[in-house]
Amino acid sequence: MPVIVKIPAPLRPLTQGQSEVSVENAATVQAAVEDLSRRYPGLRERLLDDKGALRRYVNIFRNDEDIRHGKALQTALAEGDKLTIVPAIAGG
Amino acid sequence: MSTAVLLGMGGLGCPAALALAEEMPGLRLVLVDPDRVERSNLSRQILFTEVDVGEPKAEAAARRLSLLVPGARAEPRVLRFGPRSASELLAGCDVLLDGTDSFETRFAANDAACAARIPLVHGAVLGWGGQLLTVLPGQGSCLRCLFEGPPPPGALPTCAEAGVASPLCGVVGAAMASEAARVLRGERPRAQARLHQWDGLRGTERDVPVPRDLRCPACALAPEATLRHP
Repeated sequence: MPVIVKIPAPLRPLTQGQSEVSVENAATVQAAVEDLSRRYPGLRERLLDDKGALRRYVNIFRNDEDIRHGKALQTALAEGDKLTIVPAIAGG
Repeated sequence: MSTAVLLGMGGLGCPAALALAEEMPGLRLVLVDPDRVERSNLSRQILFTEVDVGEPKAEAAARRLSLLVPGARAEPRVLRFGPRSASELLAGCDVLLDGTDSFETRFAANDAACAARIPLVHGAVLGWGGQLLTVLPGQGSCLRCLFEGPPPPGALPTCAEAGVASPLCGVVGAAMASEAARVLRGERPRAQARLHQWDGLRGTERDVPVPRDLRCPACALAPEATLRHP
């Protein structure tokens, strides 16, 4: 069973409008991000900074867990996990 | 007498102010916005009509509220929230609602609310997406626990670039009012330390817990559960 990644609306132009994409064989969040970055050019720059760390205005949850409070990008993934990308938004 | 301060009389501030005025008679509403009404605002900023175009939003909204809700106590403030205006605007404030379109203002509001230990209802919309987070300083996490800081200019699309789904503004704005009313009644807000998210295109909602970040500089200003309450 793959890992499902939920894509927020501001990033969907990079995933051809898909709100969910799947990743196979990703052992960590980092591996999932790298896999997505190869398939969807431009996504990596939106999620990671020049040093490869998660940008300060973007967060990723593994199921209900904020990865920044654990092992961040090195958070381990298991089959069936859901990753949710949450960017800061400011419209009103 | 309780006071709610609303930052941003746009797509969120308008429905939030109307719902709060209806829900809580006697509530003092301080409406804060430095901008003027534009014709492109009218589809989602429900307190304005054609005759308000060019008028300060805060003043037009206060006038409209007094017509729609007899007895409503709305006070306009035509200025931008920031470090200089925060202390004046937050004096006597029992709950702060942030529906602004500026990342800088949002983080400034979060930090000021934490420092003054004033409950904050954070609502945001972009495209078909919406977010809601209620912050009770000293009793859980805040916006900076979720995001370390604002993006640099141009890093993320603004609502002017990505658009905003008008109906979603009504949904999120009403939810902000509901959260503020809960705070004012001393009830537990639904979105306290939880980020509630709407996907208006798919018609789905979900929330995720937002744990307190022990390194959060804003929460460090409100280390104890000494929350102000009306």
